[in-house]
Amino acid sequence: MQTFDLAAQGLRALNQTLHGLNGTTNQTAWEIVNPKGSHAIAVGLDAPIDVTVKGSTGYYCAGMNKQATVRVKGSVGPGVAENMMSGTVIVDGDASQYAGATGRGGLLVIKGNAASRCGISMKGIDIVVHGNIGHMSCFMAQSGNLVVLGDAGDALGDSLYEARLFVRGSVKSLGADCIEKEMRPEHLELLADLLKRGEADHLAKPEEFKRYGSARKLYNFNVDNASAY
Amino acid sequence: MTDFPHTPPKQSWTFSNDVNAEIRRAAATGIYDIRGGGSKRRLPHFDDLLFLGASISRYPLEGYREKCATDIWLGTRFAKKPIHLDIPITIAGMSFGALSGPAKEALGRGASEAGTSTTTGDGGMTEEERGHSKTLVYQYLPSRYGMNPDDLRRADAIEVVVGQGAKPGGGGMLLGQKISDRVAMMRNLPKGIDQRSACRHPDWTGPDDLEIKILEIREITEWEKPIYVKVGGARPYYDTALAVKAGADVVVLDGMQGGTAATQDVFIENVGMPILACIPQAVKALQDLGMHRKVQLIVSGGIRTGADVAKAMALGADAVAIGTAALVALGDNDPALEAEYQKLGTTAGAYDDWHEGKDPAGITTQDPDLFKRFDPILGGRRLKNYLKVMTLEAQTIARACGKNHLHNLEPEDLCALTIESAAMAGVPLAGTSWIPGRNGGF
Repeated sequence: MQTFDLAAQGLRALNQTLHGLNGTTNQTAWEIVNPKGSHAIAVGLDAPIDVTVKGSTGYYCAGMNKQATVRVKGSVGPGVAENMMSGTVIVDGDASQYAGATGRGGLLVIKGNAASRCGISMKGIDIVVHGNIGHMSCFMAQSGNLVVLGDAGDALGDSLYEARLFVRGSVKSLGADCIEKEMRPEHLELLADLLKRGEADHLAKPEEFKRYGSARKLYNFNVDNASAY
Repeated sequence: MTDFPHTPPKQSWTFSNDVNAEIRRAAATGIYDIRGGGSKRRLPHFDDLLFLGASISRYPLEGYREKCATDIWLGTRFAKKPIHLDIPITIAGMSFGALSGPAKEALGRGASEAGTSTTTGDGGMTEEERGHSKTLVYQYLPSRYGMNPDDLRRADAIEVVVGQGAKPGGGGMLLGQKISDRVAMMRNLPKGIDQRSACRHPDWTGPDDLEIKILEIREITEWEKPIYVKVGGARPYYDTALAVKAGADVVVLDGMQGGTAATQDVFIENVGMPILACIPQAVKALQDLGMHRKVQLIVSGGIRTGADVAKAMALGADAVAIGTAALVALGDNDPALEAEYQKLGTTAGAYDDWHEGKDPAGITTQDPDLFKRFDPILGGRRLKNYLKVMTLEAQTIARACGKNHLHNLEPEDLCALTIESAAMAGVPLAGTSWIPGRNGGF
């Protein structure tokens, strides 16, 4: 285990060090201490390493992650794992706005709650939230899966494309063009896998969820739908 | 009966034939007009400025003999690897999706041969343009279509797009006709749907967030790449100041003549300001912050000639960007294709339905039958020629003003033909020392 003291060594040194690692490194386990809410911690990683952040972070922790597993033993600020390509990001606490925004792959697990716009414009990422999510989550979400064990706020999935949303609790309201859809066997199978990978299979069963997706009525502009915009 | 003269039929200025035609079109279709390009209004522009030239009080440089340099450094504030261009005329961001792959290739070829940069657009980076662009600026847009860290790292600079001149405050729309398999794949979207580009970034709001976003991008790219911030010409003083505050290396300012792939005509013609009005405000913001020439200013929107380049630089810009003019150089709206434009219900010079993907020039289309008509090598050569001509024109003017570098042009070299342009540009009305809005003068 390599330990990096962020307060003493600084952000630039941290990211530079982690960027210098590749698939052949033996230094596969890293612990970052004294994060103190810093922004841009462990961004742009591209190696199969395991990074544990001992404390809470600011904006964009693990942004654009590839391959790496990043665990945050605290809460995260806005934009955790934004535009993630692959790998895994696990947050023990809560996440602020835009968690997993535009993510194109990989898995984001938030064991607490996520604030508004969770999964905004997601493009293939899987997101599992053990708690609740805020309003406007999955706005214009394109693809990937969102699993919420708790409740969802207003306007879930507004202007949704092909992302699949699974919510166990209540949904305060659905956004434009987002509807509840039938849960078919393949969805239950997918959900079971997501719950397992999201370390939530002991907390919920697939059958307890409802599925939401796009009605696909706004895919091509039609003036008769103008009131939906 | 005496045949008295009749009052001739009189058309209304307010309800002109054009206006009435648009009312009838709206009534028939129920949808606003969407088109490409920038504002077609008659706007105060560089045409309304003149250079004074040298005489007794200033001496000129000899044309073709005495050196007038044109090179430019961009990104010298923070980037470890600032960009050095041979000429201060760059190619503005235009997306693959809006443009065909061969058109993007031609832009890269022409720009590289002329010693300047080209820019991606709202659809990610293609191999055509990366491979053929010596210096490529990678746009970081609200939609984040195709965004990935590998392309960030293989870019030469990164342009965070906040807005564009054709539609400050607006997002974009690529209609389904142009969402081919390749475009759809790059954007993670189903084929054939209308693709919205968001008007706001998904993970930051406001200048304080932007500062953190720029930090993240710099960390991912090892602080190597110049970070540009592009804004539409709306509140250039404040937007420039805030971009500087947020840590930009370069501010890109796009006036309302700047083109778009597709937006509502009502938006293009009624939102934003002409570039002439924007430049002095942005320069003032940089000067007030002590950052003029330290944070470089690139301006765009209606740049057509070397005279426009020289005037923009005399007003304080470090460089310009061209989009529409580059497309025209490639062959867009060429009268040689008039018969085909007529079939589309338009005419050469007026064709702006780029979103429909039927461009007979093969530039703004994803239809293989159409884009195969376009020769990227020939297109690149034409663009290079055009860039070279613009540069020569700007040098000619600069020498006449006694400047041995385009950067040495200054407002003092200019006068204005109209009160409006004098007020906007902050240069005297021709034949007077009067700058409207400023005290004194005669």
